[in-house]
Amino acid sequence: MSVAIYIDDPKYLNAGESCVVAEFADEIDRGANDAVMNLKKHLLNQKNIPIVECLPTYRSLAIYFDSTAVSAQEVIAEARSAPKAAGEEAGAHMSISIPVCYGGEYGPDIANVARHAGISEEEVIKRHSARTCHCYMIGFLPGFAYLGGMDETIATPRLANPRTVIKGGSVGIAGKQTGIYPIDSPGGWQLIGRTPLRLFTPEAARPTLIEAGYEVRFLPVTEEEYKKIAAETAVGGYEALITEAK
Amino acid sequence: MMELVVKKPGMLTSVQDLGRWGYQSSGVPVAGAMDLPALRLGNAMLGNPQEAAALEVTLIGPELEVIGCGAAVFTGADLGFSVNERTVGSWRAVVLTKGDVVSFSGSKGEGCRGYLCLAGGVEAPVVMGSRSTYMRAKIGGIEGRALKAGDVINSGEPAPLWRRLDGFRLPEEAIPAYTAGEPLAIMTGLQEEAFTDKGKQVLFESEYIVTAQSDRMGCRLEGPKVEHTERGADIVSDAIPLGAVQIPGHGMPIIMLADRQTTGGYTKIGVLTPLSIASLVQKVPGTKVRFRAASVEEGALEQRRIAAAVNRAGELRLSYVSCGPGAARPLSGSFRLTLEGKTYDISCEEILKE
Repeated sequence: MSVAIYIDDPKYLNAGESCVVAEFADEIDRGANDAVMNLKKHLLNQKNIPIVECLPTYRSLAIYFDSTAVSAQEVIAEARSAPKAAGEEAGAHMSISIPVCYGGEYGPDIANVARHAGISEEEVIKRHSARTCHCYMIGFLPGFAYLGGMDETIATPRLANPRTVIKGGSVGIAGKQTGIYPIDSPGGWQLIGRTPLRLFTPEAARPTLIEAGYEVRFLPVTEEEYKKIAAETAVGGYEALITEAK
Repeated sequence: MMELVVKKPGMLTSVQDLGRWGYQSSGVPVAGAMDLPALRLGNAMLGNPQEAAALEVTLIGPELEVIGCGAAVFTGADLGFSVNERTVGSWRAVVLTKGDVVSFSGSKGEGCRGYLCLAGGVEAPVVMGSRSTYMRAKIGGIEGRALKAGDVINSGEPAPLWRRLDGFRLPEEAIPAYTAGEPLAIMTGLQEEAFTDKGKQVLFESEYIVTAQSDRMGCRLEGPKVEHTERGADIVSDAIPLGAVQIPGHGMPIIMLADRQTTGGYTKIGVLTPLSIASLVQKVPGTKVRFRAASVEEGALEQRRIAAAVNRAGELRLSYVSCGPGAARPLSGSFRLTLEGKTYDISCEEILKE
């Protein structure tokens, strides 16, 4: 199958009377994702047309609008007027560090991952926390971040028998993907650790900790540190480290 | 302000409004009322703001005891809305007083969902801009769950003159047609190209059955298989709009509804028009449905028709309450009216027909 990427001239797909989708690629592509974020930024800052909300995905932007006030054609015309993504500029994102206690009761599948990769558990931790991952999109569950860029030497297939309950905060691997379960949920990812941070806080002004476009680094912590951060998080006293990415 | 105590919760009764918009990019589903026109018309009939919440009632309604008085209306499917075991029915406002018992005698034909709207709206904490219950993440409504016995439901501040709403009925011609029995209209688009011509022909020429595996998240259909091209049924996860007709590898359409997840990885052939969504969510398992292709313009026209019907319901309410206490129904003619200390010269035309 050929990969179609059309960053400079996205396809506009009909998605009902109140939504159009600007598609920048039909595969996962970092340049396309940057173009998605760029268009989102433009649309949320413009004042010509009423946009209800914009939903960025790996490779497309769903633009929801009030169809009693504006037509799909007008929305597409506004999107077309957005300045084209300059790779460098679109690359300015926020960076977040996620403390993770690896292994043990927090990451019961770390041995599976180590066995599959033919390395030690310590090496799994090292490789998982060495690379910066990019958050392409949030979906599936509130605050669930689709991360790309994990070290592929630790890629491991999903569990044959998915768990019925996975604790919120669990960090897992599924194939080449890595991610964090934001809330208690069933799932089949190989669990290698857990973060004490709350990824989804419905009552907060910013309900999700990670947002699309963020750079994510996993920071190994000891069980003692995990418990300390968990206690601070419980009373709202822990501030996640979020900085402007270089 | 109204206060109701839940005696029996019914099959599935939850607090819903227009939905939790603005947080899909955080992975938070929109949720909200399944039959949006019915909720909006109910709010208009009571003079509520459009964003007011109501109780969404599914098939078997709850039993509620009135503690504090107020006005209410049940809209949507006719589920046998009764007060003190006397049938009130749908689309008719009623004033409730202490000791009244609200109950539902059961479905009176087609349709399985309705909205018990209270003057002033149903109170619940606003979570991320909405009172909608999203049960999977336990947010909104009453502790993020369906009603249970013992819950207390309060209304907000009702619009003035609510006592005069008693008996106010929305005439049939003021309710948008629910196109029952007509094919559901799909605005084609999205991954339309992922289906063969034969596949599309099958979809638009066959009958499908609503299965029991349908809920607030989606409606699963069964029928002839819709064929994909060699490109297959999977895509890189993409946004899922309300009413999206998603068709996975098994070839059976799943129509994505209020509690749909924000993104998903199956091909979508298009999106149902707003009135087709309202029509579909009223269908019980076993009901047969057919499809036809529609344009985006047709969907936009339906949205405008719904908005016009909502405005019309608001106007009818005003003309009804303006007639003053004791008037059984609006009268024609001109007269002088004193309302809350101010005097108005009014000309009134009879529009409600019994």
